Amino acid sequence: MPNKRTFVPFKGTAEQEQTLNEVITAHKGKPGANMPVLQKAQEIYGYLPEEVLVKIADGLDVSLSELYGVISFYTQFTVNPKGEHQVSVCMGTACYVKGAADILAEAEKKLGIKAGSITKDGRFSIDATRCIGACGLAPVMTVDEDVYGRLTPGEVAGILEKYL
Amino acid sequence: MELVRSHILVCAGTGCSASNSEAIIAEFEKSLAQAGMQKEVRVIKTGCFGLCALGPVVVVYPEGAFYSRVKPEDAQEIVSEHIVKGRIVTRLLYQETVAEAGISSLSETPFYKKQLRIALRNCGIINPENIDEYIAFDGYSALARALTEQTPEEIVDIITKSGLRGRGGAGFPTGKKWQYTAQEKSDIKYVACNADEGDPGAFMDRSVLEGDPHSLIEAMTIAGYAVGAGQGYIYVRAEYPIAVKRLDIAIGQAREYGFLGENIFGTGFSFDITVRLGAGAFVCGEETALLTSVEGNRGEPRPRPPFPAIKGLFGKPTLLNNVETYANVPWILQNGWEALAAIGTEKSKGTKVFALGGKITNTGLVEVPMGTTLREVVEEIGGGCPNGKKFKAAQTGGPSGGCIPAEHLDLPIEYETLKSIGSMMGSGGLIVMDEDNCMVDIARFFLDFTVDESCGKCTPCRVGTKRMFQILTKITEGNGTMEDLDTLEDLGNHIINNSLCGLGQSAPNPVLSTLKYFRDEYIAHVRDKKCPAGVCKNLLSYRITDACRGCTLCAKVCPTGAISGKVKELHVIDQDKCIKCGACMEKCKFGAIVKE
Repeated sequence: MPNKRTFVPFKGTAEQEQTLNEVITAHKGKPGANMPVLQKAQEIYGYLPEEVLVKIADGLDVSLSELYGVISFYTQFTVNPKGEHQVSVCMGTACYVKGAADILAEAEKKLGIKAGSITKDGRFSIDATRCIGACGLAPVMTVDEDVYGRLTPGEVAGILEKYL
Repeated sequence: MELVRSHILVCAGTGCSASNSEAIIAEFEKSLAQAGMQKEVRVIKTGCFGLCALGPVVVVYPEGAFYSRVKPEDAQEIVSEHIVKGRIVTRLLYQETVAEAGISSLSETPFYKKQLRIALRNCGIINPENIDEYIAFDGYSALARALTEQTPEEIVDIITKSGLRGRGGAGFPTGKKWQYTAQEKSDIKYVACNADEGDPGAFMDRSVLEGDPHSLIEAMTIAGYAVGAGQGYIYVRAEYPIAVKRLDIAIGQAREYGFLGENIFGTGFSFDITVRLGAGAFVCGEETALLTSVEGNRGEPRPRPPFPAIKGLFGKPTLLNNVETYANVPWILQNGWEALAAIGTEKSKGTKVFALGGKITNTGLVEVPMGTTLREVVEEIGGGCPNGKKFKAAQTGGPSGGCIPAEHLDLPIEYETLKSIGSMMGSGGLIVMDEDNCMVDIARFFLDFTVDESCGKCTPCRVGTKRMFQILTKITEGNGTMEDLDTLEDLGNHIINNSLCGLGQSAPNPVLSTLKYFRDEYIAHVRDKKCPAGVCKNLLSYRITDACRGCTLCAKVCPTGAISGKVKELHVIDQDKCIKCGACMEKCKFGAIVKE
């Protein structure tokens, strides 16, 4: 996944910063604090911009490079914002053997972007995700919180239309 | 406690929730309120029943009517017919349970008949968000007895004698792990649970977390007492939001009841549990990588020894087991070690949960005694491949396991036998493939996964898997040579022998096992430039047969204008222009287009 620095300007609010500070204070000095704080921060901002990482590094008294090392290791962390609607196609084995690759290709074609990226207007992002465990419904695609199972490629465009 | 005359159990596992079981529950409650029966009938949200292929699932007791593929709008009918008038809605019944005189028992259906539920004993029966229901099924009685009547040594001894082995992959004897951790001298020790079920296609741990979270909490607390630890960590995948939520609820309830925290049952023993979320790294399912991740670092594995039992989390002795292993513990303590030791084979005791997926009729979760054959699981319980397709292979152990061909289906499921045929038990994912799946493509799919998930610490794994992936890609594109097959084998064995952790040591398995059992398919790709299963796009060609009526539909849908022909005459595909998208074949009403 392209984990390059984002082109989207940082638009954090004072409220978000206050919540972040509370999270940092709650975890400061505790063993293994990096991951929970980064996870909360991503929950607050939706992604992990440099401005936020600097604050966490200062707050937890760890180096920025250590944090970046953690972020770049785990696929869940992102330094790029996600689209307003997040499309995920499950690429677990059960979905794959039932044709998930065709579902993903169809979604990519419809939105004109590749997995791991975001549309220019910031409306949609697509990800090929790891198994979400809904193997009984394979192949599966999720849009935000909505789950669509037992899909055929022909249904994909229609589903995405609903979010346009 | 109020008495109720009927219970409506609605599955709220991930699979059924994804098919809107929350809305079904809401509809039931609404319909019951309209009928004025909300006091005599209770709607219960349960964990997974196992038969995910037929979800969303609803079971009505006392009759035990098993309704499948229920829609929210069906709730009204079930209430007005079944609950009010006592007439079972046959239309919605699981077909296998329809009998001449009403319904037959669910446990007699082919799917459930050969199953034995120990780890999943409460899943689909109790409401996982209500600790009282767990207690009503003897929950926390094993903990109470352990703390008040048994010594830590006795408990370790019971677990050892039961023959329980790790259900997460390699099958290390659980009792030994407990013993090693218990005998370490340290002021601080930890009990950790591996709930980072990263193996794609495996969801048994998730089902226990979602369907019976208290059994895990009880087992970990018992383990804490047995090895002398005061703090537990559960490392769970962030991709399992429902599991995380129910675990949080369960831990809160256990604390409230005094089963977790200070001075449990007034015995002076204190134990608490913290949940840590993973962040999407497959390697964190490896025990040392998991501990490194809980410590807040990049989840890279560490060399062993020292084993976690000696030097684990934060440098302290740590007992680490996976969810399914722990789920067995309260059952063993309640029923005695003899009960578990009586089930299974000589070296593999008890049961194993499998997640059946892929090209199989009854996708879902099954728990069978060790020693059951793969054929029984795939054909009898799983119902075989749908649409009359021919079985080709069963894949166990996920990206670390191998593909098992039809000729080995009669082998019993045991740690040793699966290993001897180049696969492994793994966490229990069992993906079935049929004649339409290309084994070279599947091997390439798994390597794509491991290339992505290799943490990069060891060069053989980091570079080697990438090279294997490139060679497999070359073969699926029709550019492979016969030497490539030998290179794959050499490289695979080299990676296995020179990697630090379980990921690298097993990553080549999918390639090596398919090379062993499906070499013909590789050779077809290399020598004949054909993909027998018709999956690898570069090796395919589409052709229009004489069945063509000249309706021109295919020419219209072709995105590259590769199809030409006059109305009512045979059409032809220009192979140079064709991009093999298959749109023509999908649209042809006469089945005149074939893929070769």
